[in-house]
Amino acid sequence: MYPSRFRYEAPRSLDEAIGLLHDGGDYAKVLAGGQSLVPLMKLRFASPQLVVDINHVPGLAYHRADPDGTLRIGALCRHADLERSSLLRATQPTMASAAPLIADPIVRNRGTLVGSLCHADPQGDWASVVLALGGSVVARGPRGTRTIPLAGFVTGPFENVLDPDEIAVEAVIPAAQGARSGGYLKLERRVGDFATVGVAVAIETSGGSVTRAGIALTGVGGSTIGATEAAQSLIGRPLTAESIETAAELAAQAARPRTDHRGSAEYKRHMVRTFVQRLLSRPGAAPDEAQERAA
Amino acid sequence: MTIVYEDHEGQAEGTVPVRRIRFTVNGEKKIAEVEPRLLLAHLIRRGLGLTGTHMGCDTTNCGACTVLVDGRPVKSCTMLAVQADGHEISTVEGLASASELHPLQEGFKEEHGLQCGFCTPGMMMAAKALLAENPDPTEEDVRWALSGNLCRCTGYQNIVKSVLWAAAKLRGAGSESGEA
Repeated sequence: MYPSRFRYEAPRSLDEAIGLLHDGGDYAKVLAGGQSLVPLMKLRFASPQLVVDINHVPGLAYHRADPDGTLRIGALCRHADLERSSLLRATQPTMASAAPLIADPIVRNRGTLVGSLCHADPQGDWASVVLALGGSVVARGPRGTRTIPLAGFVTGPFENVLDPDEIAVEAVIPAAQGARSGGYLKLERRVGDFATVGVAVAIETSGGSVTRAGIALTGVGGSTIGATEAAQSLIGRPLTAESIETAAELAAQAARPRTDHRGSAEYKRHMVRTFVQRLLSRPGAAPDEAQERAA
Repeated sequence: MTIVYEDHEGQAEGTVPVRRIRFTVNGEKKIAEVEPRLLLAHLIRRGLGLTGTHMGCDTTNCGACTVLVDGRPVKSCTMLAVQADGHEISTVEGLASASELHPLQEGFKEEHGLQCGFCTPGMMMAAKALLAENPDPTEEDVRWALSGNLCRCTGYQNIVKSVLWAAAKLRGAGSESGEA
């Protein structure tokens, strides 16, 4: 299979890339990891006239924490970089548990987190993780830089709010105020398949109570679902068997699964409930004893 | 080297947009002129004539087309050939030296790690990257590293054994030369 013909440009700076996109009109695409774009082009689901390959733009392959704990993931940071990251293992339990579950190990060598967010596949794992963590996408274009919360970034399946001449340069995860815990669980038929069900849970606890909570669902609706009521129900009190059960039930209600070859709607809804329970019951999710003594 | 263009009927020669790229294949420096839509797998198979890299699914699932780009396994059906510009490509043809099999190839032979052989080059390239990073992998490590490569014959058992065999051999060779 071949993509249809296109013009290829490999700019050496962001400004040059933005200029190319600006002149390129409606059907220009940014190529970063290419693990979604290239297959779509081969299937002719996407036939851009201009492909702007940003792999030669220096300074985009980072992920780092600001002094205040804000995490920044550059547009060329690969899934494999995140999978191997000691920074993520130390500070970002939800992201660290999701990274090894993205696609398969070979795809992870090229695919990028920011690209995955832009691609806006309703089955994309990172979107749920970043949504649960309250993250944003930073976009740069000819009119400057803007930060777009993920909840408002994706407008529909495979659609985002970026203007044709804007590039998503990084994803931002806000610093935790309390002790961070959570994780990502993914039910898949085999490695590399899309999620039958994916659940991201990100909570912060302080003084024994949950101070911030995010729960987001993959593969159980036409888009990534933020289970906001479920998350809200956890805030302001300690995690207990009862509060976990309530949140799991609310998350299951927020799911909009459809019966397909991956499973029945009922089964998927049940798995959402189970995954929320499991993630909230993990060691580390409950208030840590040492933390309690320090407080 | 041979340069292969797509033949567009009725199109005048010279109007096909072509880019010149420089890259390394199995240690040899190459220059190629490629149409941007040419896939890396096609450049390797048809442009370079290295047909050890197989095209299986053509949809980023099976991993038969796995090659190393700067040492990291990549599905070459899912990368544009122009993106190889400035990079080092390793294919299965680069494993063996003139007269000697690579320990991975030996391992697949000793442990019967292949039946039809179609997935084998991709398996070996993914395994090579694993062993470069982790010379002493557990069985679980091997299964994890090869989870992006599909095999429809073996049930994977002997592939895993083959990679562990190669790892042991490479470690042995390493310590001998280290002592010497």
